[in-house]
Amino acid sequence: MQDSEIRAGVVTTLCEVAPEVDPAQLSGLRPLRQQVDLDSMDWLNVIIGWHKRFGVDIPEADYAKLTTLDAVVRYIGERRGGV
Amino acid sequence: MTDFVMPALGADMETGKVVQWLVRPGDRVRRGDVVAVVETHKGAIDVEIFLDGVIGDLAPLEVQLPVGAVLAHVQGAGEPMQEAPRSVTSSSASAPTAAVLATAAPSPPTAAPAARRNVSPAARRRAQELGVDIQALSGSGVEAAVTLADVEQAAASPGAPPAAPALRRGFEPAQMRAAIASAMARSKREIPHYYLNEPVPVRVALDWLRVRNAVLPVTERLLLAVLLIKAVALALRAAPQLNGHFVEGGLRPSAAVHVGVAISLRGGGLIAPALHDVQSKPLPQLMAELADLVTRARSGRLRSSEMNSPTITVTNLGDTGVESVFGVIYPPQVALVGFGRVGERAWADAGRIVPMPAVDASLAADHRASDGHVGAAFLRALAEQLQQPDTL
Repeated sequence: MQDSEIRAGVVTTLCEVAPEVDPAQLSGLRPLRQQVDLDSMDWLNVIIGWHKRFGVDIPEADYAKLTTLDAVVRYIGERRGGV
Repeated sequence: MTDFVMPALGADMETGKVVQWLVRPGDRVRRGDVVAVVETHKGAIDVEIFLDGVIGDLAPLEVQLPVGAVLAHVQGAGEPMQEAPRSVTSSSASAPTAAVLATAAPSPPTAAPAARRNVSPAARRRAQELGVDIQALSGSGVEAAVTLADVEQAAASPGAPPAAPALRRGFEPAQMRAAIASAMARSKREIPHYYLNEPVPVRVALDWLRVRNAVLPVTERLLLAVLLIKAVALALRAAPQLNGHFVEGGLRPSAAVHVGVAISLRGGGLIAPALHDVQSKPLPQLMAELADLVTRARSGRLRSSEMNSPTITVTNLGDTGVESVFGVIYPPQVALVGFGRVGERAWADAGRIVPMPAVDASLAADHRASDGHVGAAFLRALAEQLQQPDTL
């Protein structure tokens, strides 16, 4: 799976939880939870969505690594690659 | 014969409008069945019936009706069947009843009452989502019951029965604002609030969560919010004057704790539907129910029993980053508990300053129902509960 495909899937999941988000406006570098208004329940639902979409396990201890969109794409790419 | 009436879905609701009936005259209903969709200022609500029996005449769609207006007659299971279809105008019930039902469109002069359709709740729900007319389907289930598969098949087939117009499920921001304004203005006008605040250390609770969540798949992980809500319910044992409703000049305490959870809606607005019987449910069940409640609140699929039953409200505004929150009580409730941001603080402990994760727990309570002494006992009990996550 290419990075671009992962990115598209990551964004699709985000938009399922936060339908008002315009994918074109998302920056890859800005803190994700600042760009998208996500409370702790939303965030959990986003993680569950990524887990289901990509088949990767995301331990709670790794949440801190998922700071930006770029970081999420990198993280999921590595987790998938490591399987 | 019992009346099924327009429920009060919150302190601010005076009228509602049935926008969809999910049953037909002659259908058998059971306690807890969703029978109608009622539009309120806070969006469309699935209204449950708390009667067993056979449904009779239905109030008309798209007409504003006051709370308490009769929406349908229900014939109890033990009651003798009536010989002829009940005429709406011959009703011997109270005048408003007749007035409301008399506005219904005249029912078609069918000789026999509509055959009772056996429809599974899941099928009914799905049919509603897909706009499938359940009455037009032939059921494949036990006793010709219409099943989920029947509904989905009907929706997928090209010759599907004509779909009902899609139901608007969202809310109008202006109406939502008006509903909040009305309830909160009433609260500030009528309720003499008092406020207390207490920083609560949550290291033990966070450690307990971390260990527990580390071995669980993401779908079974718990949020701190669930521990906070359960701790509130258990702490209310020390302060029953904070749990219930202020009605007819006095406090009516509630044995059960139905926690209204303040949920902010995307696009503005706020709704605080109930998690039921929180005091007696295990954490994983509460977590699943909370996730479901938030999802349905945002998609406009709340049920009437969730709208009119909270006995206390909890708001978790700290999730957005503020240190503390002092709430406005939702009448006729008598208390609101607020949690601020969870973060590390300099904490004095046994003569040393240590970093400690903590959260501000606040209480806004109705001085007509309790005093600060009771409120303080509650916050103390809450803090103690959170030091013993195993007991939650």
